Amino acid sequence: MSNSFTVKSTRRHRLHPATLRALHWINALAMILLIMSGWKIYNDEVLFGWLHFPEALTLGVWAQHGLQWHFFAMWILMVNGIVYLAYGFSTGRFRRKLVPIRPAEVVAEIRKALSLKLAHGDITHYNAVQKLLYVGVMLVIVLQVVTGWLLWKPIQFSEAVALFGGFQAVRLIHFLGMAAIVGFLVIHVALALLVPRTIRAMVTGGPLVDGTSAAPAE
Amino acid sequence: MARSPSPSIFRPKQGVDQSVIADNKKLVQAIDRRGLLRGSLSLGALTMLTGCNVSDTDTMQGFLRAISAFNDKVQEAIFRPNHLAPTYSADQVARPPRFNAYYDVEDVKPVDGATWKLELAGLIQDRRPWTAQQLYALPEEEWIIRHICVEGWDYIGQWSGVNLGQFLKRIGADTTAKYVSFKCADDYTETLDMATALHPQTILATKYAREPITDPFGFPLRLRTATKLGFKNAKWITAMEVTNTFIPTFWSKQGFNWFAGI
Repeated sequence: MSNSFTVKSTRRHRLHPATLRALHWINALAMILLIMSGWKIYNDEVLFGWLHFPEALTLGVWAQHGLQWHFFAMWILMVNGIVYLAYGFSTGRFRRKLVPIRPAEVVAEIRKALSLKLAHGDITHYNAVQKLLYVGVMLVIVLQVVTGWLLWKPIQFSEAVALFGGFQAVRLIHFLGMAAIVGFLVIHVALALLVPRTIRAMVTGGPLVDGTSAAPAE
Repeated sequence: MARSPSPSIFRPKQGVDQSVIADNKKLVQAIDRRGLLRGSLSLGALTMLTGCNVSDTDTMQGFLRAISAFNDKVQEAIFRPNHLAPTYSADQVARPPRFNAYYDVEDVKPVDGATWKLELAGLIQDRRPWTAQQLYALPEEEWIIRHICVEGWDYIGQWSGVNLGQFLKRIGADTTAKYVSFKCADDYTETLDMATALHPQTILATKYAREPITDPFGFPLRLRTATKLGFKNAKWITAMEVTNTFIPTFWSKQGFNWFAGI
């Protein structure tokens, strides 16, 4: 280390490095394929009589196409997801951007959002609600992968299926996980559209940031 | 293959000259690879996600079925040949079982048990056909297991009949062969991998809830295996063949996953 300037300049990077951006958009594609094909599969034997997904929003002409897409996109989601988790942990991105999550801050941010006073001048730092939603959706996706495998192979993994309360219980949990992800997507996309700079940043990388600095309080 | 070709009820008597395939092996493989490449390029078309008839195009089907074939291999790899599916008590059994076929229950054409025969073909030493009477006299085994449909519904059923693995040994079948194929009275076809055929909970069922199975559920003989989706359980079986040649099945031809393990 010759001087502090060199150290600083070598550690500066885009808010969203290219690897992260690729992982984000591949995940988005896989998730959309999974949701739309999942709706096709659901429509063949619904869990709730009042709920059929519009055929125009489903993927495939017949049920077998929905199944084909689902069991293709699951590989994209899993491989991409494993790389994403490895990247997030190994680069320290998760540690820098997603923790800690303080309950008091979450409450304060929700109050601000409801009174339409949400601050979004600085897109390089996530507020407590954002952190909670991002960590939450990651955990739900992991749960979706687990329940997805159990639905696909309920006999090979019969011990785990029993822990979840049986085949139909796993099916319901997988459905609720989808509902949570769709809920996240609606909020995520709505907020991104509200602050278009965030979308540009996820495409082009956004501002240069110092990778080693601790996050400022606000 | 070292084995001499055996007569098959599934195929014409005059087989295709194998040298044609050998001579054009490179071409066949090249076509397959081009299909995959085109398929992955077509993924770009997915940016226009509306209605999506794209799934049904030859290119897309070529790609998606290649993935499905890969998923067959994954399922074979994770299959636990000696792992028993959970079993249930008699008071949980659905009566009658739930009907399903590629047509409605009113269109079931009952099979005459008196004239019915189970034909045998392929890598089997004793290929004499079996009558219903002979089959119903074999030692029975009973399983109360969950039937899971590809659509998502399920029920618990109580099935009994001869264990398929034991039946295969009894008739001198080559259990190192890859497949056991079934042909049904309603022109349905089904093919099991040998590991599933030999699973302890795979039987040629003749009874449901200790009574002979009724017409809509496959009288006089149907397959019942605990490790496959419902549609793999062929009903109204008329012929069985042990073979190393994959015989496409009714639903796999229409794009459903072949292995369909659970």
